[in-house]
Amino acid sequence: MPTRVLVPSGVLGLGFDREALARGVAAKPDIIAIDGGSTDSGPFSLGGGVSKYSRAATKSEWRQLMQARAQAGVPLVLGTAGTCGTDATVEWMAEITRELAAELGQSVKVAKLYSSQPKERIAEALRAGRVTPLTPAPEVDAGRVLEMTNIVALAGAEQVQAALATGADIVLCGRTTDTATIAALPLARGDHAGGAWHGAKIAECGALCSTNPTSGVIMVDFDETGFTVEPLAGSACCTPHSVSAHMLYENADPFLLYEPGGCLDVRGAQYRALDERRVRVEGSRWIPGPYTVKLEGARVAGYQTTILAVLRNAHYVKHAREWVAKLTAFLEGEIDTRMGLKPGDYHMDFRLIGVDSALGAVENRNGDPVEVGVLGIVTAQTQETAAEIGKLINPFVLHYPLTEDEELPTFAFPYSPATTDRGELFEFALNHVLALDDPMAAFRLELEEIGHAEFV
Amino acid sequence: MPNSSEGRLSEKVLKVRSKNAGPFWVTIDVFCGSSEAFGEVSTTLKTERVAQLYDVPLETLKRFDIPELNVVKFSLPRPVVQGSREDRDMHGAGWAVLLEEAALD
Repeated sequence: MPTRVLVPSGVLGLGFDREALARGVAAKPDIIAIDGGSTDSGPFSLGGGVSKYSRAATKSEWRQLMQARAQAGVPLVLGTAGTCGTDATVEWMAEITRELAAELGQSVKVAKLYSSQPKERIAEALRAGRVTPLTPAPEVDAGRVLEMTNIVALAGAEQVQAALATGADIVLCGRTTDTATIAALPLARGDHAGGAWHGAKIAECGALCSTNPTSGVIMVDFDETGFTVEPLAGSACCTPHSVSAHMLYENADPFLLYEPGGCLDVRGAQYRALDERRVRVEGSRWIPGPYTVKLEGARVAGYQTTILAVLRNAHYVKHAREWVAKLTAFLEGEIDTRMGLKPGDYHMDFRLIGVDSALGAVENRNGDPVEVGVLGIVTAQTQETAAEIGKLINPFVLHYPLTEDEELPTFAFPYSPATTDRGELFEFALNHVLALDDPMAAFRLELEEIGHAEFV
Repeated sequence: MPNSSEGRLSEKVLKVRSKNAGPFWVTIDVFCGSSEAFGEVSTTLKTERVAQLYDVPLETLKRFDIPELNVVKFSLPRPVVQGSREDRDMHGAGWAVLLEEAALD
């Protein structure tokens, strides 16, 4: 059965073209699906179980989507709620949904799909050989698993289908693969499996597969032989090039995409322009495999304090690297003498902004910068220790001379206090898959009637 | 490396971009823009040279030559995991410049 999926944007919180959304609703979609997350900003969101995006931005966009859902009369599905898809961020979205339902006077049935993993479950699965590393995987044992702050499993189409099967108006998913929320309904209705996954991959970043990426909204029609994609903003077009090029995006392999329960192979895909806006795709294949779900985990790898100085004096700019080397050796001595800490007990790194701070050792250009930013990053076992080291090194970062016989130099500092405590340094700690006998074995579904309380 | 921009990859192609492909991989896409440019880049840009630029073992570097898109793509495991203590570029976006600035043989 043909399935029409409206994708308002690549991610909730980034904005979309309102007129295009209205056009999408008017075109009678079968479902509205949007992603809420990514690992792309780093491990902090997962580590802390918090959203990267502002609550205000999220709420204002979710309001429009809840209105669009009510108007279209179809389910609204959010993948990877709150950037990382932990139980806490599903709750965060549920709370926003409750507020909006009250403000909009809506009565909705909300299904919450939880993806957080009890650490003991993963440690036990690891012992039982049901957790397999991908390449490259960090070292992990049961002890390391138990240290993690958050572990999530990436749900696929099956778990989203289970949530939709409850008849929910709104589905708030914990961590899902980027494609799962879009592929779920077409697969459930028997559309072409290769087309369902491929179309979902093309649509997962919204209008990024079109000539106007920031317009957000796109529509994908799935059927028994493939899919057709169309951007809904007047200013955007999909071309065979813009669509096929999207398979490259954030993908290590542009032809194969592993999902729970199999792999999408697009090597045989044909991209054909139907007109100047729409592209038809056929020929992609779904290759079923063992049912595994990917795991993501984060652990605290220390606590950080930073300091920033700017060298502007030409002599110091020219000798910045030498200065940092001498300063580091001196500071290691001071930290040892005054705090009894050896270099292995903490980590101190000075990065030269304007020299090689982005690329480090592989930088191959020698510039002639006007000034050099010196970003000191201290990582220690506790925030207290990192902050203490930061305060200890502060006067020397401000005044340390290149040579002994010169008057004390003073460098530019952009703020006071000179040091900033950054809190936990989270680290991605899993690149593994978990084997499941039943797709729902690692996931939990809860239903909530919002605005119906008096009738329950 | 040449002193001028002459002969650099950026002079021949439309765009070079890099991005994380998950926390453990970085991928670099060279959009050549035409089949002529693709033909030239595809034959003259040696995989060994790219491995050397990024200082990674040749066997860990994946390469895809995609004539339909006039794209040459490279993927490599991140030498440091995204967001870890040593990471200098959270999104992997700065990696493209090394290739962009590389001289073609």
